[in-house]
Amino acid sequence: MTDVEESGATGQSGNLVEVRDLKVHFPITRGVLFDRVVGHVKAVDGVDLTIPRGKTYGLVGESGCGKSTLGRALLQLTPPTGGQVNFDGVELTKLPPNRLRSMRRRMQMIFQDPMSSLDPRQNVESILVEGLQAHGIGADRTARRDIITKTLDAVGLPKWALSRYPHEFSGGQRQRIGIARALVLGPELIVADEPVSALDVSIQAQVVNLLDELQDELGLTYLVIAHDLAVVRHISDVVGVMYLGALVEEAPSDRLYREPLHPYTRALMSAVPVPDPEVEDRRERILLAGDLPSPANPPAGCRFHTRCPWAQPTRCADERPVLRQIGESRVACHWAEQINSGEIRPHKVTAQIVRPEDEGETPGVVSAPSEPGSFV
Amino acid sequence: MALLDVEDLSVTFRQRGKRTVRAVDGVSFSVDAGEVVGLVGESGCGKSVTSLALMGLLPRQPGIAVEGRADFDGTDLLRVDRRTMRDIRGRDVAMIFQDPLSSLNPVIPIGRQVTEVLARHRGLSGDAARKEAAELLDRVGIPDPNRRLKEYPHQLSGGMRQRALIAIAVACRPRLLIADEPTTALDVTIQAQILELLKDLVRDSGTALVMITHDLGVVAGMCDTVNVLYAGRVVETARRKPLFAEPRHPYTVGLLGSIPRLDAGRGERLSPIRGSVRDVLPWADGCAFAPRCDRQVDACLGQPPQLALTHTDRTYRCVNPVPPAGSPAPASPTAAEPAAEGIVPAQATAAEDAPAAVEDAPAPAEDAPAPVAERATPPAPREEESA
Repeated sequence: MTDVEESGATGQSGNLVEVRDLKVHFPITRGVLFDRVVGHVKAVDGVDLTIPRGKTYGLVGESGCGKSTLGRALLQLTPPTGGQVNFDGVELTKLPPNRLRSMRRRMQMIFQDPMSSLDPRQNVESILVEGLQAHGIGADRTARRDIITKTLDAVGLPKWALSRYPHEFSGGQRQRIGIARALVLGPELIVADEPVSALDVSIQAQVVNLLDELQDELGLTYLVIAHDLAVVRHISDVVGVMYLGALVEEAPSDRLYREPLHPYTRALMSAVPVPDPEVEDRRERILLAGDLPSPANPPAGCRFHTRCPWAQPTRCADERPVLRQIGESRVACHWAEQINSGEIRPHKVTAQIVRPEDEGETPGVVSAPSEPGSFV
Repeated sequence: MALLDVEDLSVTFRQRGKRTVRAVDGVSFSVDAGEVVGLVGESGCGKSVTSLALMGLLPRQPGIAVEGRADFDGTDLLRVDRRTMRDIRGRDVAMIFQDPLSSLNPVIPIGRQVTEVLARHRGLSGDAARKEAAELLDRVGIPDPNRRLKEYPHQLSGGMRQRALIAIAVACRPRLLIADEPTTALDVTIQAQILELLKDLVRDSGTALVMITHDLGVVAGMCDTVNVLYAGRVVETARRKPLFAEPRHPYTVGLLGSIPRLDAGRGERLSPIRGSVRDVLPWADGCAFAPRCDRQVDACLGQPPQLALTHTDRTYRCVNPVPPAGSPAPASPTAAEPAAEGIVPAQATAAEDAPAAVEDAPAPAEDAPAPVAERATPPAPREEESA
């Protein structure tokens, strides 16, 4: 609580966040008395990404691809197994707990389900004041109250909301409370994990617009994690597509739709329904066969090759592609250029059996490391 | 004569000490054989209760009142006795639920859950049933079906579970299939697989499909006719293309304006509907959408708006509808199409009269993804900020 003004080599570059080779592996243990580690779920397995200050980085992928774990690991809510997270010049992975705590003021999170991420027994004022107290912001009650009312105003909630409890609000308003809780500390980075997926479409749009406005006003940097490609593309400057713990493509958001380079991105783009019959009727649909393989036992080589309609007999199955710069995009595919030029044609893929849990006959327990409930 | 004719369906929940809730409030629609009809709306609009009422799955107890008629091939689904309903359900009318894990029995192998239907309705047993079940699983695209039959729901992935559920639903080749948010719990690539499967089933078997969803994108790709629901009533009914090309009801326009589109340019602000579903007016006091509507006029309040039928065979429940894109600037909204656009009582509106003719209704230029309101001649006050 002492050195709130934590800052390293500030503003040496335009990047607020630099993530290098980040890995989060959860051990799979077996045995009753002595937990034997029999394997690892590689939720995040070597991710590099950079978020410029004041910009929005969108992370998309299907459930189980590790996007939420990546967001949590970035904030050190889940301790990374390896790699570096550099926030404004400060290396977070090596920071002692008390200094990390004070850094948290500058990076906040918005959660998916506003009902379960707000304490039902706390009124809005108490929810909002908690973070201020923990970080010693505001001299006294009135000063804090002042900050809180300003924040409420910014997220479009009325003043009378202060004395109310979460259950008295609608879903959209609850999400506004969640946003207010993140904003009240004056953070620079906000990690929003599925910020609108629990909301109705008409409310989704309100919250998306609110996030947009807040960014314009406060110069916030966002990492938006969502499974809804249309939402992510709408709010992001750069979109990263994740598949089985790794980025497969990263591109400016309009480029991603116009010219997806990775086969998985293509399939993903073609699978998202567009609310326009004319487009829907004309669109080419790439149907992927089967399900996401288990992250405990990911395929060798390119992780997508088991479902890839463009998979080639060479390289794909045994050489893991790294992200390469092609034009404005970064793509992890050996054959991206050839696929794009039409030199390699798609072929039919038969679905492989994928177990929802662990692979094979050995039932294992995936133990998530302790997750701090509160991180103010 | 349509396969299913729902007329004036209402479902009321009464509970002592609590406010009476009219979840479905006079919903009418019809479904032809081989047709895909969409019921679209946000949470609380009554779309799921409608499906439960049609399937006879609402508990028969005092306090839950189902009124109206649902004529399925000569039988009123809302009036038949339980025994007959059990015969119809699963054989002629089947349902696919949203969450496959909670609608499959976790302690019974998939195989027995499929053969159960075959035994009940088709009298198959033993090897014959197993063989048929394996064929069904194969038909819905489950690899290695014979092995799958012995497995339990938790051993299948989400997409496979939904396929198993579809296999159970189509086991008796029902004439009507009701799918309640069949892909909401699934990832997009799996959603695309399941939607494709449903399309194939409809095309191959001539089954009628009622698609209940909140996702206008799913509707755009699948449904022949779309009913937009709000607060328990149908506010707009149209064929697929006209609905998206020229939404007339402000709520439909608002919904379309709320969805970020994958093919839209970056930086376009969404135009959301202000307020939330909580801000409804009881239909008896006027239009339930009026408190959130940008086109609200005095006539919206006081009495419930009637369904209006236009010459293009589409209906909407609005006294001040969004004018169609190509129309000359109307002096007053109600006088826009005086000859064709009369206010007619809800019962008289039939959506099945000439559905084919509507397909070539004036479609806007292809490069115009923006909702009609933005191009409409009388500028609608749509520049609101989020409420």
